[in-house]
Amino acid sequence: MIQIHGLRKSFDSLEVLRGVDLEIPDRETVVVIGRSGCGKSVLLKHLCGLLKPDAGSVVVDDVDIVPMPEDALAPVRRKFGFLFQGAALFDSMTLFDNVAFPLREERKLSEDEVTKRVEEVLGVVDLLKAKDKKPAELSGGMRKRAGLARAFVMLPKYLLYDEPTTGLDPVRGDTINNLILRLRDRYQVTSVAVTHDMASAYKIADRIAMLHDGRIHAVGTPQEIQANPDPIVQQFIRGVADPVQEVHSGTAAVH
Amino acid sequence: MVMLFADILKTAFTRRPRWAETIEQTYKIGWQSQPVVLITGAFTGMVFAVQTLLQFHKVKMDTAVGPVVSIAMVRELAPVLTALMVAGRVGAAIAAELGTMKVTEQLDALRAMGTAPVDYLAVPRFVALVVALPLLTAEAMAFGIYCGYLVAVHLKGVDAAYFVSNMFKFTGAQDVISGLVKSTCFGMFIASISCYKGFNAGEGAEGVGRATTQAVVVSSLTVLVSNYFIAELFNAIIPA
Repeated sequence: MIQIHGLRKSFDSLEVLRGVDLEIPDRETVVVIGRSGCGKSVLLKHLCGLLKPDAGSVVVDDVDIVPMPEDALAPVRRKFGFLFQGAALFDSMTLFDNVAFPLREERKLSEDEVTKRVEEVLGVVDLLKAKDKKPAELSGGMRKRAGLARAFVMLPKYLLYDEPTTGLDPVRGDTINNLILRLRDRYQVTSVAVTHDMASAYKIADRIAMLHDGRIHAVGTPQEIQANPDPIVQQFIRGVADPVQEVHSGTAAVH
Repeated sequence: MVMLFADILKTAFTRRPRWAETIEQTYKIGWQSQPVVLITGAFTGMVFAVQTLLQFHKVKMDTAVGPVVSIAMVRELAPVLTALMVAGRVGAAIAAELGTMKVTEQLDALRAMGTAPVDYLAVPRFVALVVALPLLTAEAMAFGIYCGYLVAVHLKGVDAAYFVSNMFKFTGAQDVISGLVKSTCFGMFIASISCYKGFNAGEGAEGVGRATTQAVVVSSLTVLVSNYFIAELFNAIIPA
């Protein structure tokens, strides 16, 4: 379980997180939604200690990781798989070597076992034929799937997704959503995804948390979020630039 | 930057060696820098022989060209010019590569997988530079002196025997050691500065460009400034 309490983070004079409280129970998929630049990715990077907060705590399996030094965080981070927004594949390596990287770093498997494991994982994301290609030779969707393969090759307890469907066409986006669901069902992972793609959020989330003004503004199941009367929540999930104007134009249309 | 230097040293001595990455970096930094370093050394030795001979000829000291060229090459010109060429070629490449990795979140990806960027990226480059730069400097010394010899003896008619005997008479092992120790220090400086600038690059292409420029400028200035102090230190410890 991940528990976040009173998380605050500023960059220079810009206060991005102003006291975030959120709990992520085991085997649950929580999707954090919010407007671009509201701090979703910043929140996600705090979960595995990539960023240090100014205040607050991040408790992973009953251990507060905030005071831990960088060296001590390595074992905690190995509990996590992280799909970055741009996939963050290593340019200098082939797809196979990218996915094999965390296995080789751990040095627990022989090279034959690594090969078998990587090919199995690349098969799951349907990239086995592209295993010898460099990231620059892959399309955006393939890169996302490759990033996903690298994130779960170690079978982590937690998977973190930063905008998993952003920049993809709806079909490719849905492929990623299906992969996320398949990983949840097959490996029982706990997932946290940040996105502003509501179709994706509704499809993969057990619970949705909306980040607004540096705090969690609303939390609930997809159905509860859709039924939430809060104007900020409604404005976001309906994708309306000016809710007042829409109400007026809607009223005029009725008349 | 000092913190990164200390972190690199600590990591280099406490973590398991990354032989594959270190050998790859030594090849890229050392082997592939040879053409530029050899050309620099050769033409520096040649032009130094020509200019020295022009002045020494006026006072009938033509045979002093040998020791002057060799002392200048081993103590100052080869270490400093090699370091400047490597700072330009390798320092820029390191800062650009690490800077790009930072802005594309590849450094975060490494950390997220429990691998320290200093261990995986900085230490192999640091070790490669510390190993390769003295070797490149030794090559530049030898090539510079040899090409100076060719110009002085075969083009300008200086007596070969006097050139060589005077060169060995006035050039000692301490001169060569002084040059190689300097280049080892320069290797440490260039690696630390370039890695620091790459790791701390700003956002986007502009940030990477600025980091690359700063890596070259700061490395080059550090080489030139530290050269004086290392020379003074060396002269105090082992007088020529």
